Amino acid sequence: MNLFYKHTSRRNLSNTILTLITGLFATLAVLPLILVILYVLIKGASQININLLTQLPEPPGDDLNSGGIGNAVIGTFVVTGIGALIAIPIGVGGGIYLAEYSRNGPFSKFIRFGTNVLSGVPSIIAGVFVYGVIVSTKVIFGSNFSGLAGGIALSILMLPTVIKTTDEGLKLVSDELRKGALGIGASKFITITRITLPAALTPIATGIVLALARAAGETAPLIFTALFSFYWAEGSEALLEPIATLSVLIYNFALEPYEAQNKLAWAASFVLVLIILTTNIISRFISKYASSK
Amino acid sequence: MDKSKQVCKPQNKTTISLQNVTISYGKFEAVRNVYCDIQKGKVTSLIGPSGCGKSTILRAINRMNDLIPSCSLNGRVLFEGADLYDPRIDPVEVRRRIGMVFQQPNPFPKSIYENIAFGARINGYKGDMDQLVESSLRQAAVWDECKDKLNDSGYSLSGGQQQRLCIARTIAIEPEVILMDEPCSALDPISTLKIEETMHELKKNFTIIIVTHNMQQALRVSDMTAFYNAEIKEGAAGGKCGYLVEFNDTDKIFNSPVQKATQDYISGRFG
Repeated sequence: MNLFYKHTSRRNLSNTILTLITGLFATLAVLPLILVILYVLIKGASQININLLTQLPEPPGDDLNSGGIGNAVIGTFVVTGIGALIAIPIGVGGGIYLAEYSRNGPFSKFIRFGTNVLSGVPSIIAGVFVYGVIVSTKVIFGSNFSGLAGGIALSILMLPTVIKTTDEGLKLVSDELRKGALGIGASKFITITRITLPAALTPIATGIVLALARAAGETAPLIFTALFSFYWAEGSEALLEPIATLSVLIYNFALEPYEAQNKLAWAASFVLVLIILTTNIISRFISKYASSK
Repeated sequence: MDKSKQVCKPQNKTTISLQNVTISYGKFEAVRNVYCDIQKGKVTSLIGPSGCGKSTILRAINRMNDLIPSCSLNGRVLFEGADLYDPRIDPVEVRRRIGMVFQQPNPFPKSIYENIAFGARINGYKGDMDQLVESSLRQAAVWDECKDKLNDSGYSLSGGQQQRLCIARTIAIEPEVILMDEPCSALDPISTLKIEETMHELKKNFTIIIVTHNMQQALRVSDMTAFYNAEIKEGAAGGKCGYLVEFNDTDKIFNSPVQKATQDYISGRFG
């Protein structure tokens, strides 16, 4: 009897081949990610300089060395920030209700189902919805396209992620902790705010950061709501006026026939990818930091 | 075994009185028709085989069963004469007077100091917090082990120390009654011994009710013992329904039980 490993046996041969095939597919799966990032880095990084980040975009033209994306960088933060201000309280509150207060009745089932549906709604629908409800009706102080409307549209996209991560994060907290707090006479409110919510902070924070990263890169909902601007967002009514964002800038300028604008679009892509990459890394950092505690 | 002299003192005062208590999960009765008067300043242990409803009874005393949506109670639970299941009663207030220690040590993810201070603070304690933390930890016999690391996480302690921290946390809210649901079942024998010693100390200031599977423990720590048994019954929770067989001084239960079931159980013939 020969117990040595035989490369040529049918079984070992097919094993090797199939292993190679799965490895190949795994590589193909991450290839787009790597290529996209590399391409954007190479095309965009060469454009980056300090003027680019501090100046306003010029009206379309051939001047290759003028114009920047400063207002769009700030606008992206402003609009995403507005979205976060709306989505975090509502989402965390809703998640707390689902995990801590609801008793899995029809109402909470409906909300969970609705959250899942909402997370699958295409972002452009959120944009059209806010356009129909807020922009075209001018309900907010008579303003038309505005940063505020853009923020509201983004909050719709962030909401399901925030609700879901809060709900699931709280469900991971051991029931023993809740009982412990209730057993020494803590009210439900105190138990949630002082014991369970802090214990679930990491998954919730991670979810919020991921939601932020997703919203920051959205274009479709902003085209209908925040529109675009060639100027700084200034003055007391800045949020009620159209505002520039990186994603819409990319959309607008990439389609321009002028090379100068196309270059700005690449630079903006680079900055946007960098922002999103950083937020994702931050979210990983948060969960690592907490799991090491 | 000479505890009978203390137990027979005449000034025994009832603090908790269960009157015809039946507890059901959904349609199924888990334990039925329990009458039991628990005396102030004594350690009362609840023993019996699994599924006899002793933990259910314990949780009924500070309304922890409220957390189980399907659980309902018939009969009356009186605490110092007040019916705990009166609709006007606030369960949070009840739990401030009747604290609970659980089977699994469950310290909060906070520092040792904060674990103790948390309960006291939310209960409106205004005195010297440092002193309260120290005296609570001392009473729970865990002060020496954690006096040098009060700011460390409660999780940094061993299982037995964590459980004593949980006892200290309960003492700190200055309840009148402490309920313990198998507090030593997750612990090693040495930690168990320490907790039993702690209980002897605590008896001076608190009424203690303890659920235990360990009959030696019941014999060692308790003044009174209630033996619960379960009978097979169609349509009951888990196919069994618990009831109180015998409730008496611990040494009577263990030396001269009236019921045959008690005799069989304590001599290890079943359960």
